[in-house]
Amino acid sequence: MLPVHSLKVIDFRAHVLHIVRMYALEVRDLRKTYKNGVEALKGVSLTVEEGDFFALLGPNGAGKSTLIGIISSLVNATSGETRVFGTSVQTDRSRAMSFIGLVPQELNFNQFEKPLDIVVNQAGYYGIPRDIALERAEKYLKQLQLWDKAHKWSRTLSGGMKRRLMIARAMVNEPRLLILDEPTAGVDIEIRRSMWEFIREINDAGTTVILTTHYLEEAESLCRNIAIIDHGEIVQDTDMKSLLATLDIETFVLDLREPIRVCPQIDGMEIRIIDEYCIEASLPKAKSLNNLFADLDRQGVHVLSMRNKANRLEELFLRLVEKERDLEVVAS
Amino acid sequence: MSGNIYWVGYRTIVRKEITRILRIWGQTIVPPAITMTLYFIIFGELIGRRIGDMGGFSYMQYIVPGLVIMSVITNSYGNMVSSFFGAKFGKHIEELLISPLPNWVILAGYVTGALARGLMVGAVVMLVSLFFTRIEIQQPLVLVSVLVLTAVVFALAGMVNAIFAQKFDDIAIIPTFVLAPLTYLGGVFYSIALLPEFWQKVSVFNPILYMVNGFRRGMLGVSDVSLAATYGVILTAGALLFAWCLYLLHRGTGLRS
Repeated sequence: MLPVHSLKVIDFRAHVLHIVRMYALEVRDLRKTYKNGVEALKGVSLTVEEGDFFALLGPNGAGKSTLIGIISSLVNATSGETRVFGTSVQTDRSRAMSFIGLVPQELNFNQFEKPLDIVVNQAGYYGIPRDIALERAEKYLKQLQLWDKAHKWSRTLSGGMKRRLMIARAMVNEPRLLILDEPTAGVDIEIRRSMWEFIREINDAGTTVILTTHYLEEAESLCRNIAIIDHGEIVQDTDMKSLLATLDIETFVLDLREPIRVCPQIDGMEIRIIDEYCIEASLPKAKSLNNLFADLDRQGVHVLSMRNKANRLEELFLRLVEKERDLEVVAS
Repeated sequence: MSGNIYWVGYRTIVRKEITRILRIWGQTIVPPAITMTLYFIIFGELIGRRIGDMGGFSYMQYIVPGLVIMSVITNSYGNMVSSFFGAKFGKHIEELLISPLPNWVILAGYVTGALARGLMVGAVVMLVSLFFTRIEIQQPLVLVSVLVLTAVVFALAGMVNAIFAQKFDDIAIIPTFVLAPLTYLGGVFYSIALLPEFWQKVSVFNPILYMVNGFRRGMLGVSDVSLAATYGVILTAGALLFAWCLYLLHRGTGLRS
């Protein structure tokens, strides 16, 4: 057993390390049980480094929005601690909130106000004087291609414009931590890509970004680190590269020159017929695509074109979530 | 967090509230003016002429303070409950809840907005009354202080209602079934000296009686209750409601899950 003074030294070192290593977000053993008894978070612990672009993924009802709600103080935690840049949300809410910008999943601005007023008022809530707020509102509304709508009623904006307005509003206090809860839901691909570009620039400029999305392609292309949450627990918390490296099987969709009736058989690969001109092939990473083409060629199947069935992260995500379900079934 | 941040935040809420009140002036300022004009015509002119003097004043003069304070009460309460519940229902209250502003600043901002509407409507009703009678203000300090404190008390009460309300029906129940009866029975149209003894004793439990009479003292110099009782009731109600509002906001009742 260590003497008391040794424990104090260890404690002091931990404290110093904690100060030196400032996380944008630290979540420790966070639990949330709603009044109806639903246990939304079951001891979630998580850290996000300053400057990171972090993906928080999970199926519907996994606890993502509860976690974001607690970080942004919209939901009271049952127990545990949340720190934003070292400041506790639970004990120093005001200071912790001054670091955060939030783009929520649901539209939550007054549809009877004008975009300029919405953004300027939000700045006021962060103590930003009106003249500076007006400058910033113009800057971000222009960057998000909304300046020509600044004086229109916000209820007249399209769905994509409303989403961009929420991003402009979240940026007006120039937060150190930007949380985006499905920011591109229901947005067409062109606008989605322009939003990605904007968010990427914000991150490049030093803002830490936490993103939840159902478009896993979005998370894969934007984020450096990732946590997957399911049933209120973190089932994966790693960097994107390491996670994708664990994927040992990839699935391709192959378009064929001539129709087929019989499914080709290849050792070590799984082939399925989608329709007479299209098959799906799942093969281990170790297997060369040349083997696939050669075997198909031998069986008289000629490939016209090929594409990935889904993005890699989607496959991993589904597997992780399915694995959790299987474990639950076994446990029960 | 510095005081300047709070001050800017407070001013932003107040500006937003006043902009809202003026933007929908047809719903906020005009209806009470029309309603009170009808009261002046029907109760003051048509019925009042037959009633004669009350408390040494013409009936029209006697009911002016009651009608002004009644419109201040209903409008400060109504502004708070509709604005705050509207923000809650439309979820844009989250703009404030995720901001660094402490609860007391949010409360102060909304109360000031409700106070502004109460005073605007009160001023309009006062102007309307001048078309019907002549008023000489007897105790301006009492008049202004009772007016402002009453508006604040009902703004705070409106906040409690808005916090607990879960649907639009919930914000109509209190004004209809509690506020309106208490106001009408609070001596707006009569002196409680006219009531049988039993009902006089019952009336002293009505807090609105003290506000109506306090305001009447400021305007006409007459009252059914003492000035100390008026301030005592208003300040006690205000302090209790303020503490309750802060407690509810701190707990996040109806706002934070």
